[in-house]
Amino acid sequence: MADVNRGNRPLSPHITIYRPQLTSITSILTRITGNAMIVAAALIVWWFAAAAAGPESFATADGFLRSWFGDLVLFFSVLGLWYHTLAGIRHLIWDEVKMLEIDKAELLGQIILIVSVLLTIFTVVVL
Amino acid sequence: MAYLTDRKRAHGLGASHSGTRQHWRMSMSSVALALLIPLFVFTFGAVLGGTYEEVVIYYQRPIPAAIAVLTFLVGFWHFRAGAQIMIEDYAQGLTRKALIIGVTCLSYALAAIGVLALIRLAL
Repeated sequence: MADVNRGNRPLSPHITIYRPQLTSITSILTRITGNAMIVAAALIVWWFAAAAAGPESFATADGFLRSWFGDLVLFFSVLGLWYHTLAGIRHLIWDEVKMLEIDKAELLGQIILIVSVLLTIFTVVVL
Repeated sequence: MAYLTDRKRAHGLGASHSGTRQHWRMSMSSVALALLIPLFVFTFGAVLGGTYEEVVIYYQRPIPAAIAVLTFLVGFWHFRAGAQIMIEDYAQGLTRKALIIGVTCLSYALAAIGVLALIRLAL
């Protein structure tokens, strides 16, 4: 009576034929930004280790981090960082069973996209 | 076994027989990082661009150093857990095991290097 049916179960829509929606795109972006930040994190740890090692190694790491390539990585990482932070706060809100209605969930998605860009502009201007 | 109801069989078993603990620790680290990340961005960002001497003096101060240490510890723990969830979603078998071990080693190595660098700067 309690045998589990492992064969004839409904399948979730396949990702390649699933219409992209703000909720799905913002969810995927959360994963991409969170994992991509490992590059900037590793560079920043290198920078600290170089500072601890001495002036010569610091000059190398600092020069790399402040080169055009380092600037590019840091700029997109700041954008990803603010986005991921706001998306994480959105998950904490959802965990409290709030804002889960489709219109409110999409509103949160619009908010985190816009505010992450604004925070990035603010960070670039201030620092 | 045949007398067990579906509900009884499923009782106490999540998808992986556990998981609420992982979710709770992920939530806790999220809350911590929601505070730590802005602090780290504006302390590290303030001194990035300074000379070697300025950087060393800045990170000998306890508050910026403590912010950086906590950001490394909580941040790399959070990364390890999040990256593991991604790996478990996309990889199977030996690849999955190897990637999880790799990501765990990378996370703890970076956290250790970062923290030891800050301790050395402070001393």
